[in-house]
Amino acid sequence: MTTSDEILQEGSPGVTRGSPKAQASLRPRLSPSFVSWLQAGPMMLVFLAFFLIPLVFVVIVSFWDYNEYQLLPAFSGRGYTDTFEGCIDKLPELCTIGRTYVMTLKLCFMVWAITLFIGFWVAYFLAFHVKSKTWQMGLSLLCTIPFWTSNVIRMIAWIPLLGRNGLVNSGLVKAGLINHPVEWLLFSEFSVVLALVHLFTFFMVVPIFNSMVRIDKSLIEAAYDAGASDFQTLVNVIIPLSKPGIVIGSIFVITIVMGDFITIGVMGGQQIAAAGKIIETRVNALQFPAAAANAVILLVITFLIITMMSRIVDIKKEL
Amino acid sequence: MTETTRRKGLSRRTLLKGTAGLAGLAAGSGAITGFPYVMSADPKVLRYLGTAVNEGDDISKQCLKDTGIKIEYITATTDDVTKRVMTQPNSFDVLDTEYFSLKKLVPSGNILALDAKKIKEFDNITPVFTKGMTPGGKKIGNQGTAPWKVLYLEGKDSKKFATSATEFVTLIPTVYNADTLGIRPDLIKRPISSWAELLNPEFKGKASILNIPSIGIMDAAMVVEATGKYKYADKGNMTKEEIDLTMKVLTEAKKAGQFRAFWKDFNESVNLMAAGETVIQSMWSPAVTKVRSMGIPCTFQPLKEGYRSWASGFCVSKGVSGAKLDWAYEFVNWFLSGYAGAYLNRQGYYSAVLSTAKAHMEPYEWAYWMEGKPAEKDIKAPDGSLLEKAGAVRDGGSYEDRMGGVACWNAVMDENDYMVRKWNEFIAA
Repeated sequence: MTTSDEILQEGSPGVTRGSPKAQASLRPRLSPSFVSWLQAGPMMLVFLAFFLIPLVFVVIVSFWDYNEYQLLPAFSGRGYTDTFEGCIDKLPELCTIGRTYVMTLKLCFMVWAITLFIGFWVAYFLAFHVKSKTWQMGLSLLCTIPFWTSNVIRMIAWIPLLGRNGLVNSGLVKAGLINHPVEWLLFSEFSVVLALVHLFTFFMVVPIFNSMVRIDKSLIEAAYDAGASDFQTLVNVIIPLSKPGIVIGSIFVITIVMGDFITIGVMGGQQIAAAGKIIETRVNALQFPAAAANAVILLVITFLIITMMSRIVDIKKEL
Repeated sequence: MTETTRRKGLSRRTLLKGTAGLAGLAAGSGAITGFPYVMSADPKVLRYLGTAVNEGDDISKQCLKDTGIKIEYITATTDDVTKRVMTQPNSFDVLDTEYFSLKKLVPSGNILALDAKKIKEFDNITPVFTKGMTPGGKKIGNQGTAPWKVLYLEGKDSKKFATSATEFVTLIPTVYNADTLGIRPDLIKRPISSWAELLNPEFKGKASILNIPSIGIMDAAMVVEATGKYKYADKGNMTKEEIDLTMKVLTEAKKAGQFRAFWKDFNESVNLMAAGETVIQSMWSPAVTKVRSMGIPCTFQPLKEGYRSWASGFCVSKGVSGAKLDWAYEFVNWFLSGYAGAYLNRQGYYSAVLSTAKAHMEPYEWAYWMEGKPAEKDIKAPDGSLLEKAGAVRDGGSYEDRMGGVACWNAVMDENDYMVRKWNEFIAA
C-alpha cells in the first residue's frame, strides 16, 4: 500500500525535496481512506454533474407530456405508450420499435463478431509476432488511421469506391466477373457493417492487445513443453487470459453500435432503422419526452447486454 | 511502491496535458461559438441565427461596410434553428427561419414580431408573400403553410395569426424558391413531366426523396395526386387517414426497392446525383446548379402538377430591445435594399423585394434568372465561378412561370406527432 504521506509528497515534489522532516511535523495526518476519496472526488463530481444528473433529467422528462412547442411537466406515459404503439394488436407482426431493435441488434451482432475476429488476430499478431516495442507502437498507430478524417468525409469517400459506378463495381465488370454493377455494395446492410467494422475494429484491438502483452510468456512455453499444440495453447491458454480485453473491447463496440445512427444513416441510405435514429427524428420534431422515453429504452437494453457480458467475465477481478 | 507512485504522478501530468488539449480542441472545433458576445469597442454586433441559405460571408462583409453592423452567424439546420429558439431564446438576436416553423415558434412566445411601418421597402415586397399571387397576377397554390397565412399577428404580443394585414409582421420576407424534382436527362433519356415518375418502377433503385418527414411526405403526396390515386384537401395538413394512405404508398415503394437512399444534406443530394446513384430525386435549385457546374447534365425539371415552395424571413428574439432592436431594423432594411437580394437571385433563389435586387444586377443577369430568357453572356455565381454558358435558359423559365406554378408550401401539420411516428414506422419497414 501507498501511504498517504507518499501521495502527498508526490503531489508537491518541490517541497518534499526541501526538508522532509520539517514537512512531516507541519502536515496534519490524513487518513488513507480520506485521501482516496480526495483522489476519486474530481472524477466523481464530473461524473455526477455531466452524466448522472442529466440522466436523471432524461428519465424525468420521459414521463412528461408535450405539445407542438413546449414540454408540459405533468406525469404522462405517452412517450412510452406511443413508442410501443401496435406492439400487441399487430402480433405476430412486429411493431415499429420491435423491428427497429431487431435490426439494431442484428447489425450490432454482426459488427461485434467481425470486429472481434479481426481485432483478436491483429492483437495476436502485434503481441506475439512483433518483437520490438517500437514496431508494436508504430503498427498500433497505423490502426488509428480510420480516425484521421472526419466522419462526413469518410462516409462520402465510400461512394466513389462502392457506388454503382464506383471502383469496385467497374473493376468487377472489367474483370468479367459480373455483367451489371451490383447494387448491394452501397446503401445496404453490407455497407453499414463494412463502415462500422472499419471504424471500430480499433476499439477491439487495443484492449485485447493490452491483455495479451500481459500474459506471462512462460505460461505459453509451459503449454508447449507439456505437449499442447498451437490450437490447444490458443484455446486453453491465450483466449482465457485475453478474456478481460475481449469483454472490454466488446463493451466498447456494442455500446457504440447500439447508439449509432449517423453511420447507419449515411451508409444505409437513411433506409435502415436504428434505435438512435428514432430518438433523432423525435428530437427534431421537438417531441422531447418521446425522445427521452426512447433514450431510456435504449439505455436499459444496452445495460442488459453489458450486464450479461460482465456475468461471463468478472472484469473487476481480472483487472 | 515507488513505481506505483511515480506512475500516478505521470498520469496526472498527462491528464493535465490531455485536458488542455481537449479545451483547445473544443475552442478550435467551434464548439464554443454562440457564447454571449463580449462588449467590444464597436458594439454594433448582431447574433444571427439561421440556416446556411442566407448566410454568405460576402453579405456580412458588405453589411459591415454599409451599416457598421457586425453580423455573427450561428449556422444550424432548420430543425436545430427551431430547437434553439425554443430552448435558448437568449442565444441570438436576429432569427432567419422558414414560415412553416412559425406554427411552433409563435405560440412559444420566444420571438418578437417586427413593425411593418419601420421596414422601408415593406410595400415593395413581392405580392407572393402578401397576396398569394405573382406580380403578373397569377394565383399561387395555398396548400400547406403558405406565407400569407402566417405573415401577420393580431397584436404586438398576440399569439394568433391575423387574417388580414396588420402592422405586426411575424417574419419580414427575405428569400424563397420553388422546388421540384432534379433529374439526370442523360441517363433517363426521355421527357419527364409528372411527379408520378418519382415512383415509376422504371427508376427502381435510382430514386430518392428528402429524409425530412414533413417535406418528404409532401413530395409523396404530390406523387399520389399525380397518379390519380387520391386528391387531398390540403397536402400540407393531412388527416390521420391521409397520412396512413400516403405512408402506405411510400412504404410499398421502399419495400420494392424504389429508393437508392434518402438524403438530408445539400452535399448528399449533389453526390447522389453526380455519381449516378440516383437519376430522379427531390432537390434544391442550387444543388442542381452545383451538379451542372461539375460538368454533369442535371435538370431542375418543371412538372405539370406544380412546385413545392418554401420561404423564409427575419424576426428577432424576444430578448432584443432598445438600441439593439434599432440595429435589427437597420440590418433588415439593409438586407432588403438590394445587395443581398441580388446575391440570392444569382444563386437561383428569389429575393423578397424584386425592385432593389434588380437595381443591383446586370440586365443580362436579370433576364436570365428572372425573365427566363437565354443568357446573353456567361452566367457567373456570386463567387465568380462559371454557372452557365451564354445561350442557356433557366429550368422552369421565368419568375412568373415558376412561382406561378407553385402548388403547395412546406408545412407543419396539425397531426405532426402522428406523422412523425408513421415516418419512423416507414423507415423501419
